[in-house]
This record gives sequence, structure tokens and C-alpha cells, in this order.
Amino acid sequence: MNHTQPRRALVAALPLALAASLAACSSTSTTSTPASSQAAAPATYTIWDPYPQFDDSADWVKLLKQCGTQAGVTVQRTAYDTTDLTSKTLLAAQQGNPPDVLIVDNPVVSTLADAGVLTTTADTKIDTSAISPNLLAAGQIGGKTYGIPIGANTLALFYNKDVLGKAGVDPASVKDWTSLTAALAKVKAAGKKGITFSAIGTEEGSFQFLPWFWGSGAALTKLDSAEGVSALGLWTDWLKKGYAPNSVLNNTQTTSWQEFATGDYAFGENGTWQLGNAEKAGFPYGIIAIPGKGGGTAPAPTGGEFVSVPVQDDTARYAVSQKIVSCLTSTDNSLTTDTTLSYIAPTEAVQAKQVAANAALQVWVDAVKAAKGRTSDDLGTKYPKISEPMWGAVQAALSGSKSPQDAMAAAQATAAASTQ
Amino acid sequence: MSTPTRARTGGGTAVDRNGAALPPVRGRGIRRRGRPGQWAAWAFLAPVVVYLLVFYAYPLYRNIDLSVRHYTVRSFVHGGAPFTGLDNYRTVFADPTFGPALWHTVVFTVVSLAFQFAIGLALAMFFTQHFRLSATLRALFLVPWLLPLIVSSSTWSWMLNSESGVVNAFLGLFGAGQVNWLTSPDWSLWSVTIANIWIGIPFNLVVLYSGLQAISPQIYEAAQLDGAGAWQRFWKVTFPLLRPVSAITLLLGLVYTLKVFDIIWIMTRGGPSGSSTTFATWSYRLGFANLLPSFGPAAAVGNLLIVMALVFGLVYIRAQRRQGLS
Repeated sequence: MNHTQPRRALVAALPLALAASLAACSSTSTTSTPASSQAAAPATYTIWDPYPQFDDSADWVKLLKQCGTQAGVTVQRTAYDTTDLTSKTLLAAQQGNPPDVLIVDNPVVSTLADAGVLTTTADTKIDTSAISPNLLAAGQIGGKTYGIPIGANTLALFYNKDVLGKAGVDPASVKDWTSLTAALAKVKAAGKKGITFSAIGTEEGSFQFLPWFWGSGAALTKLDSAEGVSALGLWTDWLKKGYAPNSVLNNTQTTSWQEFATGDYAFGENGTWQLGNAEKAGFPYGIIAIPGKGGGTAPAPTGGEFVSVPVQDDTARYAVSQKIVSCLTSTDNSLTTDTTLSYIAPTEAVQAKQVAANAALQVWVDAVKAAKGRTSDDLGTKYPKISEPMWGAVQAALSGSKSPQDAMAAAQATAAASTQ
Repeated sequence: MSTPTRARTGGGTAVDRNGAALPPVRGRGIRRRGRPGQWAAWAFLAPVVVYLLVFYAYPLYRNIDLSVRHYTVRSFVHGGAPFTGLDNYRTVFADPTFGPALWHTVVFTVVSLAFQFAIGLALAMFFTQHFRLSATLRALFLVPWLLPLIVSSSTWSWMLNSESGVVNAFLGLFGAGQVNWLTSPDWSLWSVTIANIWIGIPFNLVVLYSGLQAISPQIYEAAQLDGAGAWQRFWKVTFPLLRPVSAITLLLGLVYTLKVFDIIWIMTRGGPSGSSTTFATWSYRLGFANLLPSFGPAAAVGNLLIVMALVFGLVYIRAQRRQGLS
């Protein structure tokens, strides 16, 4: 029996080998195109962005191509899902072929900078002087700047005028946490639902909780301060009293918006990017800034992307990349881009133009001015290690498995251990 | 299948399907082949070997390598991650998530398998009756299998929504209060398990149904003549004869269930507060669902999952061998 083994393997491998040799034949015939024929065409520069919703016909992509043409190169653009983009970039950097220009969510900048993937704006000579300092801070670590914001978005409270009207609440009376909670009580008494937000166990949950957390006066370096606990207490209390639905625990910002869009809710915490949908909601709406605990506007976290230039082996490429980045962030193009993306511009000059075109944006401009980057205060890559226990604490308290005090204390212990 | 098929090969030797040369040409063709033949054989094997190495061995090696080094994002890109031995495993074992995640993985897998198998078998028995429209109905049962997981899990997620879900609305008709299917730590694991059972039934149904087809009706007739009732026929004839098919169904089901990720991630993100986190979702959370990925521990958790599946695979092979011997 044994000596027939080779034959058996041979018979089994025959079709495979045949296929392989066929493939070999066809590949030799196709590699005959001379590589040198492409030398005359303009160089190709790659751009990655997290806007898969835009295809080649969109203004955004046209702008990218146009900026490439102005810099004398061809632009090849690839869009990824936001969550995919970080790992794709890390892998590309590991393989030594990162994109020339990378547009990436602002809290990721510090992670990529820490990985040594991004150049500083000093290296690439990108001018960031016009950018609002509070927005730029999200991309600064240890005194170095790793990109330039393309625009900003942040959170505010959308309200349903019909629901508030029926409940007899004047939106102007909502100035602090006490008056907001009182308004929610009135809405509930009138048979409607109070407020919806997203408290899901991901970064989105932290993003939505931060305005309340910062609005209480708490700092991310001490989650279990009395202020921090009071912010979580506020949310927990709303759930207990039925002012906010239990589904917030599983809501993404999109599903939270869908709840608000049913027209049953008085308030919805959501971002600039929902403005287009708000017009389609079919009921009159208004927007107020998220109030701080004792009044005033709470600092909301900044959302929005940074344009950055990944490190290349061939540093000569930076000159062209710099031209593309400057083109994308120039005053005129910034206005187009931020209108397309439904963002607030990162410079005062463009913000003024946006408000002139649409006065309703004033509340968002104010919110963006008060906003704060999640990785600011030199937290950098410590932020993710604080954010994860924080959203965990929010989930634990809202689902009733821990009291706000215990939840925040446990989160602080975890955060302190991992950020040492 | 049991009759030896004669296949003509290049050497002019006829072989049966086990590769044993058949008379009358036995011996002649084989002695002619010496070393060059061996080399040719290996050359022909090379594509398979290369494929296995590139797509199986290397990724597995990389995953093990990831799990025994301390990777930061910087060392992931630039290399030079220090070897830390079993540190990542120690981190994972000491993590407060470990105990609950292990327990959830076991409960999720065992409960899913038990119900998928029982319901799948019951339906398969039902469909062997060949009543009118049984083929159509059987096709309908395949729908959960055909739907993309993101569609079915999103649908489950809407149905189980605390505020506006159809399940709570239905229960409300009978006066039941609001059940927080996805947002209560007591219910979330059961909700994802129920969804997973629903998705797994068609697979069990199809495989067990074809297994049932292979059992000769004569055996049932004989059993019936000997006076066996329906219940006895099931336990004494169907069940033992179905054992090989059942074993492979359960093993495949186990591997599928251990690695279930999409359903849980879409429905609950492993929450609230980790109450539906399994090893699969935990590994993903560590490696990808964080602004700052921790590759080492994520790979360690992934390897634990592979080991779990491997153990049961070996148990299966052992059981099968014993069955073959008896």
C-alpha cells in the first residue's frame, strides 16, 4: 500500500498544477506592458477620508480633484468607514505605503501621532494660525501640532416646538440643569416623552455624556469627583423618573435621532450633522446649547476631522501634500467643504460667512466656540483609556447595576491604573 | 459510492478510489518511478502547501506572535515590540471582564446549541412526513440563513426595542410591563441568544433533514413490526443512526456559535455594562472598537477562542475514531 502514496498525491495535485501553470502562462503574457510608459503622466497622490457617503459626483470629491490639479498632480481618493480608517492607516503605515493626505477623526490624531504615523505641521509647513485654538488643541500633543481641522461639529439640544408648546414650556427658560429637569417633568405630565440621547457602550456614549460631565465642572483626570458623579446622577435620575427612555442605553446617535424624529420627544441631544434631517422631520424644531449645571453653555466635545500628512519615506512628497492641504483648508474651499459636510468652519472668518448665509447656525457657532477637544489638555492617548471606563460607568449606572457614585469610583480606579 | 471506480492515470495504471493499484497491471508502473517522480509529486503538492502556509499557518503564527508581545500603536507600525511571554494572557485572565465573558460565552454557546439542535431536529422530523407544500415551507425556514446577519440582527434589535419594539407591544396586549430586552443586564444575554437560536435553526434543519433521508425506511418498518411505538422508534432507531450527522452538526454549530460576533455587536455592543460580552466581542473591543487598540490582549483572547474550538474538534475526532473502531 505504501508505495502507491506518491501516485495518489500526484493524481490529486494534477488539476491544481494545471491551473497553476495556466495562471503562469497568462501572467507572463500580460506583464509585457512597459512600466516606463507612465512616467510622462502626472504623479498620483493618494487621499483617504472617512466620508463614504460621498461619491465621485459630490462637491467634496470634486474639490479634492481640483486641489490635486492645482498642485499639478492626480488625486486618487479612497473613502473608508470612520471606524475602519484607523486600523487601515496603521496597517498601511506598517507596510510602508500610507496615503499622502489623511483626513481622520480628531480623537484619533493623538493615537496616530503617538504611533509615529503623522508629520507635524512644522515639518510640512502647513499654516494653522487662523484656526481657533480650542479646535486645534485636539491635534496638539506635547506642543506639536499634527494636523489642521477641516471643520468642526459638536452637540446641542434640538427641541420640538409642538411638544414644548403643549406642555407649556418656554425653551428660553431652560438655562441650567434644574430648569431643564423641571421642563422634562412638565413634558412628562403633559403625556409626552422628555429627552433622548445616546448612552451606548462605545466612544459615542462618552461623546454624548461629556457635555454634561464637563458642564458639571468635572475634569477627565478625576472621574469620581463630586461634580462628575452629579452629571451621571442627572442622567440616572432622568431614566428613573421616566424623563428619558430606557432605550438610550442602546442608542447610537442615529437611533437617538430616529426617536426624536418620531415627534414624541421634547428634546434630543444631537449634532450639527442632523440639521439636514431636522428640516425633513415634519415638525417645527429649535436648537439650544446644552446648559451647564449652574447655567451658561456647557463645553461640548468637538467632533470633526483633521487633515494630516502621514510620514513618507520619500520626504520630497510633502511639498505637494502641503499644497493640497492648504487648498482644502483655504477660506473659500473651507466654506464649500463645511457646507457640504454640515460642519462649522474652524476659522472665525469662515464662521462669520456661514452665519451670514444662514443665521440659524449662530447657536452652533457659539457651541463650537465653547467646545473642547476630547484629547485636549494634553491628555492625548490617555483619553481613550479614560473614555472606556467612563462609558462603562454610564452604562452601569443607567442599567441600574451600580449607583452613580460606585460606578464612577470603579471607572476612576480602572482609568488611573491604565494611564499611569 | 461503494463500488470501486477505475480511474485511468498517466502511468497507465488503473486505481480504485483508495489509490490502491488494481490488478492486472500491479507493480509495473510503480517500480519505474524513482527519485524524479518523488520530486514531481512534491512540485505538484507545492500549490496546496503554499496556500496553506500563506493563508492559514502564517496568520495563525502572527496571531500567536501578537499575543506574546507588548504592542503599542507605535511598535505595531515601526516594529520592535518587546517579547513579554505570557504577560498578555495574564492581563486577560486578571481582567474583571474575563470571568463574566467566559461565563457568557459558555451560556450563549450551550443554550444556543441545545435549542438550535432540538428545534432543528423536531422540524427535520416534521418535514420527513412529505405533506403537501412541505418543500415550500422548508424553503421558508431557510430565510434566516439567507439573510445577511446585519439585516437580521438589526431587525431583532428593532423588535426588541424597549420603547417601540413590537415584542413589548405584543406582551403589552396581555398586560405585561415593559421588558428591557436589550438594555437590562438581566435580559441582554437572553435576547442575543434567542436571536442566535433563530438564525441557527435552518442550518440544523437542513443537515439533520438530509441525515434523516439517509436512514433506510426498512429499518423503521422492521421496528414497527417488532412493536416499537413512535417514541421508541425515535430513541432506538432515529437517534442512534443519526449520531454521526448529529455530531458533525453540533461541532460545526459550536464553532459557529463560539465566534458569533455580528449579532451581539449589532444588538447590544456586548452591553449594557458588559452583560452580553462574549470572548468574540471582547476580542473585537480590545483590538478595534477603541480609539487606542490593544492588539496583544485582543490576540490573546482570540487565541483562547481558537483553543476552545480546537479542543472540541479533537473531542469530535476522538469520538469518531472510537465509533469507527466499535
